[in-house]
Amino acid sequence: MRIEGIALHVHGDNIDTDVMYPGQYLNIEDPALMAPHLFEGFDPTLRERLGDDTILVVDSNFGIGSSREHVPLAMKASGVRGVVGRSFARIFFRNCANLGIAIARCPEAVDAARDGSSVVIDTAGSVEVDGVEFRTPPAPAFLLELGEAGGLVEWTAARLDR
Amino acid sequence: MCWRCTLPHTLAEKILLAHSDADDIRPGDVVTVRCDLVMANDVSGPVAFRAMERMGATRVFDPQRVVLVADHFVPAKDARSAELQQRLQRWADEHEVVFYGQGRGGIEHTLLCEEGWIVPGSVIAGGDSHTCTYGALGAFGTGLGSTDIGSCLALGSFWQVVPETILVELTGSPAEWVTGKDVILAVLGEIGVGGGTNAVLEFVGPGAETLSIDERLAVANMAVEAGSESGIFPADEKVAAYLDGRARTTWTADRSDADAAFRQRIAIDLAALEPLVALPHLPGNVVPVAEAAGTPVDQVYIGNCANGTLTDLRQAASIFAGRRVHARTRAIVVPATQAIWREAAAEGLLDTFVEAGVMVTTPTCGACFGGSNGALAAGENAVTTTNRNFRGRMGSPDAGVHLANAWVAAAAAVAGELVHPKDIS
Repeated sequence: MRIEGIALHVHGDNIDTDVMYPGQYLNIEDPALMAPHLFEGFDPTLRERLGDDTILVVDSNFGIGSSREHVPLAMKASGVRGVVGRSFARIFFRNCANLGIAIARCPEAVDAARDGSSVVIDTAGSVEVDGVEFRTPPAPAFLLELGEAGGLVEWTAARLDR
Repeated sequence: MCWRCTLPHTLAEKILLAHSDADDIRPGDVVTVRCDLVMANDVSGPVAFRAMERMGATRVFDPQRVVLVADHFVPAKDARSAELQQRLQRWADEHEVVFYGQGRGGIEHTLLCEEGWIVPGSVIAGGDSHTCTYGALGAFGTGLGSTDIGSCLALGSFWQVVPETILVELTGSPAEWVTGKDVILAVLGEIGVGGGTNAVLEFVGPGAETLSIDERLAVANMAVEAGSESGIFPADEKVAAYLDGRARTTWTADRSDADAAFRQRIAIDLAALEPLVALPHLPGNVVPVAEAAGTPVDQVYIGNCANGTLTDLRQAASIFAGRRVHARTRAIVVPATQAIWREAAAEGLLDTFVEAGVMVTTPTCGACFGGSNGALAAGENAVTTTNRNFRGRMGSPDAGVHLANAWVAAAAAVAGELVHPKDIS
């Protein structure tokens, strides 16, 4: 899975899914209606800086806490195509992978990226920032398969007995 | 020792191996894991149903292995929340799965244990991060997002990176005023909110065996706060006694091989622990309660999937008996399930609470996640028995949530400030 986009930093370690999407809005089912609440408990001004090809650049242990998929759903509905970070919480990582959002752990790329940098995530094993390539540990074969399928909805659809 | 291979394994590895088609597994492998049970609630369920529809799945893999629970926005706070409940009810009817609706169950994790759905060695995929609670009974419960749950509903399995195991070796018996809550807060204080990532926490040793099932629920529940996939206690006689007449299926107990590879070992002497509190705004921001004594408290909240058990209510009632909630403080008690509510009523605990000036509410996840039932205003401080104190978790981003055991929470309500429970008059 290879995704190109423009970097936007979200600074801070241990950013939890509650601040990215407060609990009071968990009664919303439609991703388009989730998008206006993204980052609400943290920095709502970030929303205005999202384009349709944003790649979030984040620090350590990003996305801790609740399993609420409302966070990556709202991100996807707001134009986020990928996330590059120093490290991720497990459920957030898998939610992104399942939704077809490219997600890569690459501290060197986080250090190199400025807001507005051109970023290319290749989940097979690299992140490129303004033309400079950084290697990442190769993703397990399953995650590559998931990315090729487009996400877990498509992956599952191909395996149903119908 | 597993039946397909002779290499040593951790308990989590054995459970995952028994639920996969792999010949052997090692940490880092990605395996497809079969679910014994798939659970979703009024928040994760409707989003999962949408995902399942988009997958083109029209029926669940096995209606006998799916349970839905209404607990997050119950009773509904507004029309939109009421629509979630409607959707859950209709979907349960359509797919003929077990549904614990409003007034018929309670908070999912406490409830599913109580109802005998969870047995040692089983795998539970839950649309809620605190699904790790089921490790209290020796199961591998793990929290997943809604698309994962949609896929589980359709296929009965999920992808899983085989985690390493961090062995938490507990010795001694807890001193007075120290509970399971303090055990997990001590672990979080030591390894932090990322220290358990890509690992399972396994709680073993004579100290683990002294903990009651209710206390183990509190410990396992917050494993996810360390970033862990699950928190697990090998099943013992206490689990067997708890499951007697309750378990819906047969089960066998297992444990990690002595020569299994562990990522880390943490030793905790329970006798040396004192009551702890996690200060705002991270569950790993842990200090002895004595260090935070004197912090004024606006709200106390005793409940949630970690600490809304009968044990917690008894501890709280022993503090509230003959005392009053402080004039500057409000207190809310939320029994985790209908059954606990009735037991607490029968024992006179609810009466003790109300006499002390405590609000007692129906079982709900409620204010724990800022849904309803006790939100905080800017500048307010709360002491709660819940599991998360992230900024804004219970309402205003400018409120502070302090996590503690039920004795500490009740003592704070009486004193109007954080205090060691031994020091209340």
